[in-house]
Amino acid sequence: MSEYALTNEPELAATWAPKKGVLGWLSETGHKEIGLRYIVTAMCFFAVAGIEAAFMRLQLSRPDNTLLGPDMYNQLFTMHGTTMMFLFAVPVMEGMGIYLVPLMVGTRNVAFPRLNAFGYFVYLFGGIFLYTMFFLGAGADAGWFAYVPLSGPTFSPGKRVDTWSQMITFTELSALVVAIEITVTAFKQRAPGMSLNRIPLFVWSMIVTAFMIIFAMPSVMLDSGYLALDRLIATHFFNQSEGGDTILYQHFFWFFGHPEVYIIFIPALGFISMILSAFTGRKIFGYPVMVSSLVFTGFMAFGLWVHHMFATGLPQLGESFFTAASMIISIPTGVQIFCWIATIWTGRLVVRTPLLYVIGFFVVFIIGGLSGVMIASVPLDLQLHDTFFIVAHFHYVLIGGAVFPLFAAFHFWFPKMTGRMFSERLGRISFWLLLIGFNVTFFPMHLLGLMGMPRRIYTYGPQMGWTFLNQLASAGAVFIVASIVIMLTNFWLSRRSGVLAGNNPWNADSLEWSVSSPPPPYNFLHIPVVSGPNAVWDAAPDQPYVVGMRTHRREVLVTKTLDAEPSHREEIPGHSIVPLILALTTTFALWGAIFFAWWFTLGAILSAVVLLFWFWPKREDVEEHLENERKFTMKRGGEVTA
Amino acid sequence: MNGRAHSLLPRRAGEKVPQADEGAPPHPALRATLSPQAGRGLLVVGGIQSALNPAGVQAASIHSLWHVFLWVSVAVYVITVAFFFLALIKAHRRTAPLDDPGTERRMTIAVSTGAVITAVTLISLLVADVATGHTIGTLGRNGAKKIEIEVTGHQWWWEVTYPNAESDKIIKTANEIHIPTGQPILFRVTTRDVIHSLWMPNLHGKRDLIPGRVNKFWIEADRAGVFRGQCAEYCGMQHANMALVVVAESPSDFSRWQEHQRTPAPDPQTPEQKRGQQAFLSLPCVNCHAVTGTDAYATLGPDLTHIATRTTLAAGELINNKGNLSGWISNAPSIKPGVQMPANVMDAQQVNDVVAYLESLR
Repeated sequence: MSEYALTNEPELAATWAPKKGVLGWLSETGHKEIGLRYIVTAMCFFAVAGIEAAFMRLQLSRPDNTLLGPDMYNQLFTMHGTTMMFLFAVPVMEGMGIYLVPLMVGTRNVAFPRLNAFGYFVYLFGGIFLYTMFFLGAGADAGWFAYVPLSGPTFSPGKRVDTWSQMITFTELSALVVAIEITVTAFKQRAPGMSLNRIPLFVWSMIVTAFMIIFAMPSVMLDSGYLALDRLIATHFFNQSEGGDTILYQHFFWFFGHPEVYIIFIPALGFISMILSAFTGRKIFGYPVMVSSLVFTGFMAFGLWVHHMFATGLPQLGESFFTAASMIISIPTGVQIFCWIATIWTGRLVVRTPLLYVIGFFVVFIIGGLSGVMIASVPLDLQLHDTFFIVAHFHYVLIGGAVFPLFAAFHFWFPKMTGRMFSERLGRISFWLLLIGFNVTFFPMHLLGLMGMPRRIYTYGPQMGWTFLNQLASAGAVFIVASIVIMLTNFWLSRRSGVLAGNNPWNADSLEWSVSSPPPPYNFLHIPVVSGPNAVWDAAPDQPYVVGMRTHRREVLVTKTLDAEPSHREEIPGHSIVPLILALTTTFALWGAIFFAWWFTLGAILSAVVLLFWFWPKREDVEEHLENERKFTMKRGGEVTA
Repeated sequence: MNGRAHSLLPRRAGEKVPQADEGAPPHPALRATLSPQAGRGLLVVGGIQSALNPAGVQAASIHSLWHVFLWVSVAVYVITVAFFFLALIKAHRRTAPLDDPGTERRMTIAVSTGAVITAVTLISLLVADVATGHTIGTLGRNGAKKIEIEVTGHQWWWEVTYPNAESDKIIKTANEIHIPTGQPILFRVTTRDVIHSLWMPNLHGKRDLIPGRVNKFWIEADRAGVFRGQCAEYCGMQHANMALVVVAESPSDFSRWQEHQRTPAPDPQTPEQKRGQQAFLSLPCVNCHAVTGTDAYATLGPDLTHIATRTTLAAGELINNKGNLSGWISNAPSIKPGVQMPANVMDAQQVNDVVAYLESLR
């Protein structure tokens, strides 16, 4: 490996090395560390929301149960929904994106490392805020959707809904940050040769997701912002009697809320493509169709929000439009499923835990997709809306369509992230428990909905005939809990004692598999050059790579958006404690505002001061830049001064 | 008949209330509404609030549409999953992936065929959907005879009004709707506080009750029966206990019920009832409730003019009997936490008197 002499590896490693100590840990800006923090934090919230769900299943396991009163039950389902949507599902996908996208496109870090760290801390503090208030007795209790006027100042006095609406601001802020990171990293930092038609499908799915976040999240921030204003300083955005509009709230909410489902689901489609390609040993069939399906889904997702509002009594013509849109969106997903089946059909199959979870995805998700077509129909939706049928439907879509692929991805990339293999046996046990437990828990809910059981009821009478199916559902939850515990135990034990994984245990095709496991802090010793859609498989034995990157600075290579031709080197910041401090002042502003409006102003001023430090230039950097500029001007002086 | 109605209709006889009167005979009005035909509906356990047991033309056409969607979905699922597992088996037996232009071409044809079939299936379902929507939407629009019912949602009970041009023919009741079979009925629904959703699955899908707006929908029951409806939009603490009883009865039974409801409340007869009326009118009851023909005319709570004819108390939570009524009027929040009705300070004598009075309001 004489080429290694071209790059000063020790210096590169020193430049990118994480700092030691607590302060070093708090000022980390590397994408892998931040990505893992997102994933671990999100899994903690997943566990908490799961415990909440277990309590709800206990409460519903008997008619007229008095385990939880209405007040606690209403808080629990609100916290469960809010946590799962805002603190687990979206952040965990973002975390996977933050970890994997830079590796897959062949760069050393995300585009704005400090902003990335800031996004994580804001997310973390938002979650801590929500749960602190919950344990102080101010748990949100107006549903994860918090419809007005129930969530308004008249019918929800106290701090409960304020907490909810402010928590939205935290998580949406962090989601927007991630979206910007992903978009810029994927468009401007791809390895040379990775033109748009060679981007791995997971990166495409994250690009589509990022754009959806950018367009969807502002809508819910408006909603929660207006709600907070209505509650805190007596504006009347949603106050019907003062000229506000209650239905407007629902439009804003679902204009975000429906794309939100796809923001969770589309990264999962990316996982499936990456995993299937590795386990069938061939490229995914119909790459252009797969990419256009993702993009088409992303656009269409903004055209069906009204199917959440069919019962509000909108004009019939408008409803038909949204029915048609809701049905059409199943075509691109259907096409992707057909392409995957074609991929398997012509491939060579290796069955390992990640593939089992992918099989679980097919078996479970298709049921959710089909029940989705049912509730796209207005007459059927009028019966099924807000019943347990919907609870069944969206758990089939979100657990089947996102959590099964996510767990597949956890098992698939675990060797890359930790350098060690997990136990295949425990992996298979946890898969089967989840598959069985999931179906036993959620399938009966379809029937419960048809038999008249509405959502969000804390109790029901024995004469309703819902007892047996509820008991079945509660029993199934035990299997789910066992499965998750076994999976996490497997990961916990294997990260220290598993068999060493090597660079590419699955013989997969994307760039992250070309480096050591876990990847070095700088990711790639040399920025790779890509010569096909399957970067690793298509690489020649003497594949060229990029030389000339400085090693004593954190530099990334910026390339052109379409063809990924090299454009220039860009220096990016390293460690910094400022993102944490800015996240703290932001938290102060948002948390304080629900008690006293002026605290928001104070927090904003503090944040502005912190931003001064954020943007403050370093003397040596400026001098080096000036030095470079002088050299540059001298070299090309004649041409420049004409 | 009473036993069956008791076990199947209302929720529970609250634990904290005296249970002495459970075996009392049903109110005559209730007996009248529970025709043998209605009894058949009740025999289906859980069928009194079910989309799978339609008793009206709207619910029946949605039920048919449901079957279309269900069987199409089952077929699609079986076919897709079969192809998926076939692919898995094929790939599992192979040692190297296929990589030739012929295979790719065949796969392209297969995937395109799948996409076309998907699109055609969806379009067919869309046609079935729009046709059903049209049927439901236009039903009864041109009927000569129609009955209008206004439902206003409250946290957590249903105010029911049968409007009439002549003010003395307006009927006001709560948590119980009577409808004649075979006639289109127009519902106008709204709310006085938060959003609720009126759902009587045996008759039709749900419709939201939205502040400042009046939503309309039509139903038509095609057989007599007693059904249950429930709030389907989360509306706060006691969302789970916001139900109502729907009595579909023959047009003649319905007219009899209607005529009876239009009469003012009967005057108290026994000394107990008389004392009860006095207590009722002097206690805080009158701040919220109305009894036609007396000085109680507040509209915050349910109208009690004919409360003794109703099947349930507390929006479907309790069977309407002496024990539950005593418990409810003395300490409603202990039965239904969060309810607007306060606990009332009354001695045992007063409770008995007021219950006697309320039970006389037939």
